[in-house]
Order: sequence, then structure tokens, then C-alpha cells
Amino acid sequence: MDLLKFITAGSVDDGKSTLIGRLLYDTDSILDDQLEAIQRANRKNDDGTLDLAILTDGLKAEREQGITIDVAYKYFHTDRRKFIIADTPGHIQYTRNMVTGASNADLAIILIDARKGVVEQTRRHSFLVSLLAIPNILVCINKMDMVDYDKAVYDKIRADYERLAGNMEKTQVDYIPVSALKGDNIASSSSNTPWYEGKPLLEFLETVEVNRQPQTQQARFPVQWVIRPQTVELPDYRGYAGRIVGGDFSVGDRVVALPSGFMSTITRIELAGENLQIGENGASVIVHLADDIDISRGDMLVKADEQPALSQSFESDICWMDTKPLDLGQTYFLQQHGKITKVKIQDIVYRIDIQTLEKSASDSFGLNDIGRVRFKSADPLAFDHYASNKANGGAILIDSRNNLTIAALMIDKPVDN
Amino acid sequence: MDYLDHLEAEAIYILREVAGQFEKPALLFSGGKDSITLVHLAKKAFRPGRFPFPLVHIDTGHNFPETIAFRDELIAELQEELIVGYVQDSIDAGKVVEQKGKNASRNQLQTTTLLDTIAENGFDACIGGARRDEEKARAKERIFSVRDEFGQWDPKRQRPELWNIYNGRIFKGENVRVFPISNWTELDVWNYIRRENIKLPSIYFSHERDVITRNGQLMTATEFLNIDHEDIVQRHRVRFRTVGDMTCTAAVLSEAYHIDDIIEEIQLSNVSERGARMDDKVSEAAMEDRKKGGYF
Ligand SMILES: Nc1nc2c(ncn2[C@@H]2O[C@H](COP(=O)(O)OP(=O)(O)O)[C@@H](O)[C@H]2O)c(=O)[nH]1
Repeated sequence: MDLLKFITAGSVDDGKSTLIGRLLYDTDSILDDQLEAIQRANRKNDDGTLDLAILTDGLKAEREQGITIDVAYKYFHTDRRKFIIADTPGHIQYTRNMVTGASNADLAIILIDARKGVVEQTRRHSFLVSLLAIPNILVCINKMDMVDYDKAVYDKIRADYERLAGNMEKTQVDYIPVSALKGDNIASSSSNTPWYEGKPLLEFLETVEVNRQPQTQQARFPVQWVIRPQTVELPDYRGYAGRIVGGDFSVGDRVVALPSGFMSTITRIELAGENLQIGENGASVIVHLADDIDISRGDMLVKADEQPALSQSFESDICWMDTKPLDLGQTYFLQQHGKITKVKIQDIVYRIDIQTLEKSASDSFGLNDIGRVRFKSADPLAFDHYASNKANGGAILIDSRNNLTIAALMIDKPVDN
Repeated sequence: MDYLDHLEAEAIYILREVAGQFEKPALLFSGGKDSITLVHLAKKAFRPGRFPFPLVHIDTGHNFPETIAFRDELIAELQEELIVGYVQDSIDAGKVVEQKGKNASRNQLQTTTLLDTIAENGFDACIGGARRDEEKARAKERIFSVRDEFGQWDPKRQRPELWNIYNGRIFKGENVRVFPISNWTELDVWNYIRRENIKLPSIYFSHERDVITRNGQLMTATEFLNIDHEDIVQRHRVRFRTVGDMTCTAAVLSEAYHIDDIIEEIQLSNVSERGARMDDKVSEAAMEDRKKGGYF
């Protein structure tokens, strides 16, 4: 069985938590004692039905304020697929938590309140989704019950969104009119929307084809840990432990270690004591090389004829996630898988106006700002263009003064000094 | 790769990140199926080398004897270090006071012993077997979850956690709780145990046991429960779905003798695993409050 990871995004009160509650309810994923707990909490909707949003609002502060602050992960399955949902907050203040949930998603459900249409958070979230290179967007136009299931309302919002999506070339976008509260077009097609001919939500999720494959299939092996037992039985054993990202490695592949540039050949690929001929994309394995070269955590093995960029100067898309604004004089840490290096931001290439999606020059960059910057790093960084290999093109920025994660980086390309 | 391969690869990756990022990590071992699964994953992550961390068990003194026997056999087979923190020691030192009354349990007291054990050994990362599908506060927690000097979790100040990049940088005195099987469900764990043929303590399988009924739950009739004349001891065929200590873990009636039976039983069950944990029933925010205080 395969696994679909998706997020629900949209503005506050568009019905994200209700939609998830509905999906869980309609797939029998809510167990008796959990239902009992909801009943005990005694939160009701206006029409007297149980408020299912409480299922995902797992924190006291969330239940008190009636808002989602942080991502909640929920798990359910049908006969066709397993699902992991990240219910992400709608408040602009918690955008960083939305980005946390979105970074690993295959699909984003963007909810739009039928009465309100496309609003600023719709734009921001959609833009973030495309920046994070999530391949599929499903726009759920919700609360259709409050607009008399009017096709004209749906058509208008859909047209507005299509205009917005015009800027997002690589994303597949689909649309469904729903009522999360009443259950229209969730588990089954609704008779209230005879004009809608597409699939109901659940069937859509079960069958949607997700284009997870990156554009290139180049294999990368970031080394996490070196295994050297140094025992009497295994005096010379030296294995490099890590997880393969982007493509496959085979025994016999000629590889180069980065950043050092030393070459060698893969002699063995191990998984739990078993020797493999091929190490697959996504597998956590141990790799052995023919030569004793100096490799440690943070280094990366790649095939000699498939090398990534290696540079100390590069440009990156950036989403700022800290209340303290970007400081051009400051040295930060950049972490890319197990690699950490000091960096400075040399200049802000542009900042994006989320209303108009226009790029403009800017001296300042603060919480929730999105744009592009130019970095200089202390160590050379081996990376791919983010959209072609997320695991090797994505990075985070850490403030060395308080250790907080303050920005998400989607690295684009090396630049000349 | 199917979804179990994917979950396994992710968990191994996280365990190796712990090894790479921390000076003095530890694996919190409860003797339950989730931490036994973690040990199996650690073997896949680090063998033929040694584990880069000891196993740490917080012993309430009210454990199922089967759990302790299983623990000791496992350690002998693994040849890895085991550190035990005793709740009894915390009680004797006057750091905590034993609860009184009929429903007294040492579950709450564990937190103090855990925090002391972390401090005494200078652990900077503690690997745990918690899963997000268990409970709604856990559904919110990061895979690398930073705890302050007092062991506390602050859900409002969680670091963003993107892709598979885990920021484990901390200041002295702080520590990180790490949950490699966050994304596994109860059924995933059981399917994995079946696939990998992982050995478990016998109490997970159906057996005969003397039980009493408390608050609608079947509790083991043990000296650690304050049994009085109102309690009626009955013998039933039961098993345990989760394993904590004897005073807070309820049994379920079951005829599941083999792992296939267990998997079938879980698929049909409409009560969650933690439905058998008295400690979660205290209030809507019982787990969140305990986590904020430093609990696992
Ligand atoms: N009439 C109607 N109300 C809805 C619908 N979906 C959600 N709501 C209500 O909208 C409010 C906000 O929903 P919630 O799920 O908490 O929104 P979130 O902030 O996006 O998670 C709640 O009062 C819901 O009952 C819908 O389809 N129709």
C-alpha cells in the first residue's frame, strides 16, 4: 500500500479542522473513547452536531482560543491508501508551523470559504506551497451550504484561483465544492451539487496520482555516521551510514566524496547485515568503499558523472520564520541534512509582495517575509536546485545566539563572487 | 519500497541523526512494544557497531515481572549498557511523595526520577517510542522536541521542523526528546513486529490473569493496587495493548494468542490503545500537562 501525505491550509475559520474531523469520521477512524472525549468536552456546533475540530486542536491553548496554533498530525487509511494529514494553522502569526507541515507533503488542500473567496492567506499559502514544490494542490471551496450550493459562487472562486495559479507552472490544481460541516462531496457525491461532476474528496485522495519524482534522478548519499566497530572479529570494518536521496546507487559505482573530491568505488551496500546489489532512493543503508579515504559526517557521496553544484556563494529562496528580522551583519548557521556551516547573507535580492506577487528590492526582511537572498558560506556546500532534489536543496537557518530555526531555504543556484 | 520500508528508513535516519548531533544521548526503554521496536531499529542503524547510547529504564517498582525479565534477557543478548533510575530512590530521598488512596499510582512520580536520571548522567538527547497517533498532544510534538533546563515542553515555542532536517542545537542543561517512530500508527508497529519477527514480553498475548474491575477497566490484582473488600478478584483471559506499570495499565479481554490474532483484533477494535491507560483519563489535557512537566 502506498502513503499519501497531505496538508490542509487556508485562512482561519475556513474549516480545516472540521474537514479533517469529517474525513476521520467518515472513514471510521475515530474510536469510541475519542468520540467520548469529544462528547465530554461538550463542544457543539450551532446546529447541535458535535464539533469535530476538537480532534485536531490538541493543545489547551488551542481549545481555549478555538484556533489552531501548531501542526497536528493525523493518521487514517482506507482500503486503497494510507494517509498522513498535517492540519496546519491558518493564522499568519503561525505561518512557520504551516511551513513545517508543508515541507513533507505530497499534496496541499487549500480551503476557501465560499462566502469570502480568495483572501490574502489563500495567496500566501498557495505561494508557499508552490515555493516548497508540493506537486499537487486541491482547492476545496468550503461552506457551500452557506451559499445555497450556488454554482456561480463556485465558478467565480475557481476562476479567481486559476488566475492566481497561473504563476505556478509545475503544480497540478484541482477543485471540489464541499461542505465540511454537512459532509457534501466528502465521502460521497452530494445531491446538493448536481452541477459538479468530479470525484468527492475521499475518492479524489485515494486515487490522485502524485508526481513525487524529482526532475533529475541523481543519487546523493549524505553521510550521517561512520560505523567502525574495531573489534577482534572486525578490526578493519569501516561503513558509511546514511540515507540515499534522489536516485539509486549500485555496487561498482564510481563515486566522489564531496567536498574533498576524492574518488573511490562502492564495494558493498548493506541493510541490517544483508548485502544489497542496489541501494534504493529513500533507503537507510551502510556503504563501503574500495579506498580508505577521509569521509565524515556532513560529507556526501555522489556518482562521479552526476555531480551537484559545489560552491561557497549561492542564491536561495527564503521564508523568514523568526520575530527577529534578518540581520545582514550576522553570522548564522546553515544546516542541510547533516551538514552545518557558518553563513552570512550578502544581500537581499528581492522581497515578494504577497498581495501582488511582485518582486521588489528591500533592505529589510522580517517574520513571514518571502523572497530571495544571496549567501556566502564558510565551507563549500554541495547542493542541488531545490525543486530537482528537495532533500539536497532544502536547508534551514539557525540563529547561533539562541539556537532557534529562523528561516527555510530553497536553494536555487551557485553565483559568482 | 512499501510504507513499512519507508517508516523504517525514516526511523533509522533519525536514530543516526541523534548519534551524529549529540554528545551523550540515551534511549528510554520502557519494556513496551514501541521501545522494543526502537531497539530493533537501533540494531539496523548501528550494527555491527555498538549503540552510541545506553538504554535507560525508569523503574517505578510496580512493573510487570514479565517486563523486567524480558528487559534483562534483551540486554544480555544485546551486550549494551543499561542504566536504571528507580522511583523508589526518589521516594526515599524525599523528592517525591507516594500517592495515597485507592487509585494511587507511581506514574506521576516517574517524571522526577526521569529528570534526575537525565541530569545525573548529563544526557543531552533522550530517544523515546512515543507516536503521534497515540494522543492529541503527542500529535503536535516535533520529532526533535527541545526541553528546557527543567525538562519542560513548551508547545508554543516549538522550532519549525522542515523536511528531514532536525535542529538539535541546544544550550547546556537543555535536552532534546527524540521520537523516531512519530509517524507510525499502532497497526504499523504490529505489522512491523510481525514482518521482522521481533520478540515481545508474554503479557502482550492472551493469558489467564487475576483481575479486578476499577472504573470500568480490568486491572491486575496485585499488591501494588490498594485492593479492599469491595474489589472482586476474577480470573480472565486477557492481554495488554500497552505496557506501563501495573497500577495504570489495564488489560483487555482477549483470545489473541498469536501476532496474527492481535493484528486482526486491533483492526476490529474501536477503542484506542491509550483508552486502556488510566493516566490519560484524568482530564482533557492530562498528557499535555504531563509533557509540559517533563514526562516522556
Ligand atoms: N456552515 C458551515 N460551517 C462550517 C463548515 N466548515 C466549517 N464550518 C464552521 O466554521 C468554523 C471554523 O471551522 P474550523 O474547522 O475550526 O476552521 P479552521 O480554523 O480552518 O480549522 C466552525 O464554527 C465550523 O463549524 C461548512 O462547510 N459549513
